[in-house]
Amino acid sequence: MSLSSNKPDMLKQLLHGDYPDARGRYGAFGGRYVPETLVPALDRLESGVRRHLHADDFQAELMAELRDWVGRPTALTPAPTLGRRWGAQVWLKREDLAHTGAHKINNAIGQALLARRLGARRIVAETGAGQHGVASAAACARLGLPCTVYMGAIDIERQAPNVDRMKLLGATVVPVTSGDRTLRAAIDEALRDWVSDPDGTYYLLGSAVGPHPYPYLVRELQSVIGREARTQMLERAGALPDLVAACVGGGSNAIGMFHPFVADAAVQILGVEAGGRGAGLGENSATLSYGRPGVLHGSYSMLLQDAHGQVQETHSVSAGLDYPGIGPEHSLLHDSGRVRYESATDEEVLDALAECCAAEGILPALESAHAFVGARRWAQANPGKRILVCLSGRGDKDMPTLQRLLVPSSPERAT
Amino acid sequence: MSTSNNPITTAIRRATAAGRPALVAYLTAGFPSRQHFREHLLAIATEAEVVEIGVPFTDPMADGVTIQRASRAALEAGVTLEWIFSELENLQPKPAAALLIMSYLNPLLAFGLERLPEAAARAGISGFIVPDLPNEESGEMRPALSAKGLTLVQMVTPVTPEARLKTLCVAAEGFVYAVTSTGITGKNFGATEETIAYLERVRAAATVPVCAGFGIRSREQVDRLKSHVDGVIVGSALVEVLERGEDPAAFLKSLWA
Ligand SMILES: Cc1ncc(COP(=O)(O)O)c(C=O)c1O
Repeated sequence: MSLSSNKPDMLKQLLHGDYPDARGRYGAFGGRYVPETLVPALDRLESGVRRHLHADDFQAELMAELRDWVGRPTALTPAPTLGRRWGAQVWLKREDLAHTGAHKINNAIGQALLARRLGARRIVAETGAGQHGVASAAACARLGLPCTVYMGAIDIERQAPNVDRMKLLGATVVPVTSGDRTLRAAIDEALRDWVSDPDGTYYLLGSAVGPHPYPYLVRELQSVIGREARTQMLERAGALPDLVAACVGGGSNAIGMFHPFVADAAVQILGVEAGGRGAGLGENSATLSYGRPGVLHGSYSMLLQDAHGQVQETHSVSAGLDYPGIGPEHSLLHDSGRVRYESATDEEVLDALAECCAAEGILPALESAHAFVGARRWAQANPGKRILVCLSGRGDKDMPTLQRLLVPSSPERAT
Repeated sequence: MSTSNNPITTAIRRATAAGRPALVAYLTAGFPSRQHFREHLLAIATEAEVVEIGVPFTDPMADGVTIQRASRAALEAGVTLEWIFSELENLQPKPAAALLIMSYLNPLLAFGLERLPEAAARAGISGFIVPDLPNEESGEMRPALSAKGLTLVQMVTPVTPEARLKTLCVAAEGFVYAVTSTGITGKNFGATEETIAYLERVRAAATVPVCAGFGIRSREQVDRLKSHVDGVIVGSALVEVLERGEDPAAFLKSLWA
């Protein structure tokens, strides 16, 4: 379990599409570290993925749902005012316009269709920002599957609008009061639920994390973002972007955006993690900046942990990025040098969110606003370039937080 | 694989030779108090053939509320693997029971696979149970431990397919940890006909003793299971006894005597 240091080789294999390997590894990262009870369920999922995911009939069904129900392809929007301010040509990939308001739906509908084919009787999901919970609830309603969503008590408070949406869509929302009461504890609880009924329950994991085959499955389902954006850039801008930027929590919108561009050597790729309140222990969720390799939630990847291997509490103003781990493929992309990862502080993020609202009339999610911080920083260092930003979701869900921190007239404005 | 003279197997056979099921007892190290860890351990070791010493972890995904609560409290009290090893080195008298470390993988990785086997052997540990390390991922851990004579205990479950069950049982060392039901620790379970049939399948496949664990709390359960397994594993119920300040040895004795 040592980090391979042969970077050119790693990059070559990466570009060649060799990852994940047969053991679910991305170089040293990935794998399947789960209780024995879940091994047969993961074996079944893996063979189900192999059988169905790229089969014509499944793809036809998925594509129809993506078009007719999700509303794909999502728009590629030029952002001329941001462009003038940043000294760049800026394009936004509008995942906020996808049904339920974020990229999470691409994965949720795909996995729900797969779950139905595999004979699942019920679905469990975790959620941080509530976007994956809402997407799962909606997909399950659409397909007639019962859905239970685990959500940390802290997130239930800060993403309140999404909690009622999930309920309205027919899901059972279970507040998680154990552990850190955010996304990480919600995943722990979802895994405990799944382990209790590994045969009948399907775990609809919401990010590119977890045991193999989840990081692969989620990447494949989210790659529709990057595939569409790449085609749209060629059509609309007449060229590939110089930079592609996305925010990174567990890493699903980012891997979906990045994957189709990884082989384009001229395209620089930037992932932006949550820098929170700064560099201190527990003050951020910037796994690649401050983490070390370790095992959490079934895979070996970079992890925010203390010297004893205990997982660190994290902080981010955005619930969806408030997570101490990261998908294994990002650890490899980071290690190989193909993707550069930075972080954005809460303060920078609020500023970028306000800028996007004012400049383009678009309220991005707090998560997505991290990508804008990174893109703006890069634009200022590299003037006159074409930049593609993944606008992973809409910010309506963040109103409780924004009312407190940003809206000037709000009577209960804090500090 | 000559595992029958391994201290864990030997300890279990001691009980079965005396006509009773072996007791495998779990406690979370340093819970409910660091000061009483050694005392609790020694008291438990008078009744149990094998003691599992739980290393607290922040994200115990296979555990129910009792062990979650105990782990959290132990972490808040500053319990670490280093501390556990140093307590064990200072343990007097040395317990007759075989000692196991039960830990999720990450604290072991952070300790370092290079120095773990040596440190564990020095502390009098005979083996490890790592609930999030399936057989397929144990390629580095198993040989590292076995180089120091340490065992990696394998779990099987009621949903383990037949072919896999055979493979795991044949490769098992020390004892086979037969998880009684799907789910997390602490959940009460009824020993149904189906459970018994499953345990008999495990026993038929295993070459080392079979111990059943998860959700065992009562004399009635032990009575029902005892002719189908070599031992029973008691975790959450014992942790709750310690939490209430009751006598752990008396509780363990009440399960069979
Ligand atoms: C809008 C939005 N963007 C990004 C994320 C972060 O997740 P990921 O890193 O998997 O894309 C979330 C998670 O909830 C989200 O809601």
